[in-house]
Amino acid sequence: MNWGVLLFPGSNCAEDCFHVIDSVLGEPVRYLWHKDTDLGQLDAIILPGGFSYGDHLRPGAIAHLSPAMTAVKAFAEKGGLVIGICNGFQILTEARMLPGSLLQNKGLKFLCQDQTLKVENASTAFTSEYETGDVIICPIAHNEGNYYAKSETIAEMERNGQVLFRYCDPQGLVNDSTNPNGSINSIAGIINRQGNVVGMMPHPERSSDSVLGLSAGKGVFVSMIKHIQTLNS
Amino acid sequence: MTKKKADMEENLWRKAGLTDSEYELLTKHMGRAPNVVELALYAQMWSEHCGYTHTRPLFKHFLTTGPRIVQGPGENAGIVDIDDDEVITFKLESHNHPSAIAPFQGAATGVGGIIRDILAMGAYPIASLNSLHFGHPGAKGHTRWLISEVIHGIGEYGNCVGVPTVGGEVRFSNAYKGNPLVNAMCVGFMKKSEIKKAIATGVGNSLMIVGNLTGRDGMGGASFASKDLEDENDEDRGAIQVGDPFMEKLLIEACLEVFAEDYVVGVQDMGAAGILSSSVETASKAGNGVEIDVALVPKREEKMRPEEVMISESQERMLLIVKKGMEEKVNKIFHKWDLHAVVIGQVTDDGFYRVLEDGKTVGEVPVWSLMDAPTYVLEGKEPAHLAETLKFKNEDVEIPKDLNDVLLKLLASPDICSKTWVYRQYDHRVQMNTVVKPGSDAAIVRIKGRDKAIGITMDSNGRYCYLNPKRGAMSIVAESARNQVVSGAEPIAITDGLNFGNPEKPDVYFQLEQTIIGLSEACRALNTPVIGGNASLYNQTPEFGSIYPTPIIGMTGLVKSLAHVTTMEFKAAGDFIVLVGETKDELGASEYLDRIHGLVTGDVPELDLELEADTQKYILETIRSGWIKSAHDVGDGGLAVSLAESCIQGKLGAVVTLDTDLRSDSLLFGESQTRFLLSVAEENLDQVINEAASRGIEAAVIGRATQEPIITIHNNGLKLVDVSLDDCSNAFNNAFDLLMKADA
Repeated sequence: MNWGVLLFPGSNCAEDCFHVIDSVLGEPVRYLWHKDTDLGQLDAIILPGGFSYGDHLRPGAIAHLSPAMTAVKAFAEKGGLVIGICNGFQILTEARMLPGSLLQNKGLKFLCQDQTLKVENASTAFTSEYETGDVIICPIAHNEGNYYAKSETIAEMERNGQVLFRYCDPQGLVNDSTNPNGSINSIAGIINRQGNVVGMMPHPERSSDSVLGLSAGKGVFVSMIKHIQTLNS
Repeated sequence: MTKKKADMEENLWRKAGLTDSEYELLTKHMGRAPNVVELALYAQMWSEHCGYTHTRPLFKHFLTTGPRIVQGPGENAGIVDIDDDEVITFKLESHNHPSAIAPFQGAATGVGGIIRDILAMGAYPIASLNSLHFGHPGAKGHTRWLISEVIHGIGEYGNCVGVPTVGGEVRFSNAYKGNPLVNAMCVGFMKKSEIKKAIATGVGNSLMIVGNLTGRDGMGGASFASKDLEDENDEDRGAIQVGDPFMEKLLIEACLEVFAEDYVVGVQDMGAAGILSSSVETASKAGNGVEIDVALVPKREEKMRPEEVMISESQERMLLIVKKGMEEKVNKIFHKWDLHAVVIGQVTDDGFYRVLEDGKTVGEVPVWSLMDAPTYVLEGKEPAHLAETLKFKNEDVEIPKDLNDVLLKLLASPDICSKTWVYRQYDHRVQMNTVVKPGSDAAIVRIKGRDKAIGITMDSNGRYCYLNPKRGAMSIVAESARNQVVSGAEPIAITDGLNFGNPEKPDVYFQLEQTIIGLSEACRALNTPVIGGNASLYNQTPEFGSIYPTPIIGMTGLVKSLAHVTTMEFKAAGDFIVLVGETKDELGASEYLDRIHGLVTGDVPELDLELEADTQKYILETIRSGWIKSAHDVGDGGLAVSLAESCIQGKLGAVVTLDTDLRSDSLLFGESQTRFLLSVAEENLDQVINEAASRGIEAAVIGRATQEPIITIHNNGLKLVDVSLDDCSNAFNNAFDLLMKADA
């Protein structure tokens, strides 16, 4: 399966995603440049974390206007798998490829820590490696990760199983005290209605290389690989 | 020369920060009086910050070479060999004065500046650390604001630029109340073949400036850093730079792409004294001259005077010495990143540093004379307080009745308590190499694709150096090396940050000299040469006086296999706890005296460097043998605090039984040197003890880790400590949050 990691000026986590796909999972992967309009043949695109365009104006506000994003939208409309991680998630909401937006953390501070997440829907192309209800550790590192959307939108997403991950404690408890950034319903990651575009604030790539002590996030990428394999078989 | 001598009003040189004799010397070098542009060149290059006028003569004490040393002092950063034709480069730098006035920008640009030093070596920056010193946050909010802003600044810059902040230290004493210390360190990685140097070779080659536009920010920062911090320093506000981490991230990517081609002969970052110092240094190294036309420098402000352009410290700029004819190719790469590389001058063969404006010469001085800042060897005088503090005897203080309470208070001491409040504001995981996170003895950063890692530490102890500058300095090097070996790393080399008061005062000069001698002796004994560093003098204010003499040691070590990585926390109930080293009746200079008795007094604990080296070797070898499950140095707060830290992190209790005649407070909280706390599985216990005995090193089984969440310590059948793990954890984990609460 062919992976692309989209590189914006200021993307910090592009190399990390590349490393996981290439060295940990052994899959073919290449960088995509933000000025490119033709992205070539791909099965999945990762919008990595970082500070695209220095987060000037608003995280993701400038990146979503870059030429490559037009191509990413076209790719997604044809059913291609797209995952935005951290800043990538912010870009996807700015691009309206996912609903809602990411506000500043309720604590008004950048937050970098190991975070336990509850898997809320394991029957998607991005989560099939998990069981619904699993608790996994994926580090977070963000200043604007406080997910917000209108209450109708939230209700609709909850009904449709579009909430993939929620912040929780190690026992899987979801409440205000286990919510690090103030996100509505402790939402950490969501999927679009069509089931091919995901945005999540936690970094699954940082929880994929066992040398660093964590590996539960790898399931996200492995799920995607299996999904593409099933499509192609 | 276009400027008339009439320009040189009397005292103009004094205003610029030069002494009368320095002025006389430079007119002798020039054979005439300087104009204002030329005077500005000397004032910056001959400041302590650029010229190391007080510290250079003392540097001769340092060991700067060794089998792993590829580059010692004299470049943007030193370089050490980590095998496999791979090297790391590292350095630390102070940003104390800017951080005192504008803490957010001061700290942020400190991070940015040191990253560019590493980039200038041709390396990819892989880790940042910082050592921060503040006054105690009191009832008034100023210090708390300062802490908050400094940490925010470091986080904002480091997070955006994508270099993980993996460790460091935050320490508190009112000695830093008026003059906080912000020292930032960066480590870069590269292949040996990729090393770049700051040299302007090849007559006719072009000087290109890349990155940000040049403005009036940071005017005279180098000379600002070289005088006392006054109360009313608003007029120095222009000396604060403003950082743009996004620009820095682009610079890193673009520069490394350019370096991969054969276009560039030399690189220098623009730090203190901007274009001036970067170009002088490169020319001097090559024995060449340079000429720079200030009209060609891209500016963001109008009507800048030539000397302003030359000494501006606008951030995120680099100087490249580019092979003649390659300029367009270089520019093309920068264009890809939406940046520009602009030719501002060229390398000449006449040995002159020439400043032009629109082709017209406005300043011209010999390159060598700018680099030849006069040095000062002064007469030091032992500080008066030592006569008093060295008289201290343990009997002068009473042993507190409730030792549980003392332990909990020490665990909550701001120097000792958990700094999670700080580290969670830093992205310490980006780049995915951080094997051991902040809050441990050493940060461990792996090298991708290899079975090896780097240990990185930053340590200091101002109180030790205040009470015994020489031995205090030795202890810091020893402690840094202990932090490396307990983590499984073999110490390689250090970079030192010398933070002192005004060296022109004899007692401060004494501290400076003794500290350097102490550092030097310890580095020789522990085989960790000094490969670079930074001096920040004049850290004093009229209100609060001089800071503690504060040498800060940045050390790197090599972990030869990831299997050797070891951490401080106890791993399993039932494991045996082994104390290595001798505990003596030493309370002097301790955290215990300071926090519990309110006394900064006594002598620094004894230190036998030969025993230190032998013991460290033993620790490292037993770790490499796979016999050790956890290892922690015994440092601030003594044995009881180290034990509690291993319990808290491991979420286990401990039962410890000792058998000594020492005072209970010396035993529990004294800071005798060269001690380590290990935990060992039963099957390796004999090996660990026997190996120590065969080397003549003291090692005793003192207890076991327990499932029961209680820490008890007995001595001679007497129960000294009996405290719940929960109480310890709460004290340790919550103290900093409480300290930073707005209404505390």
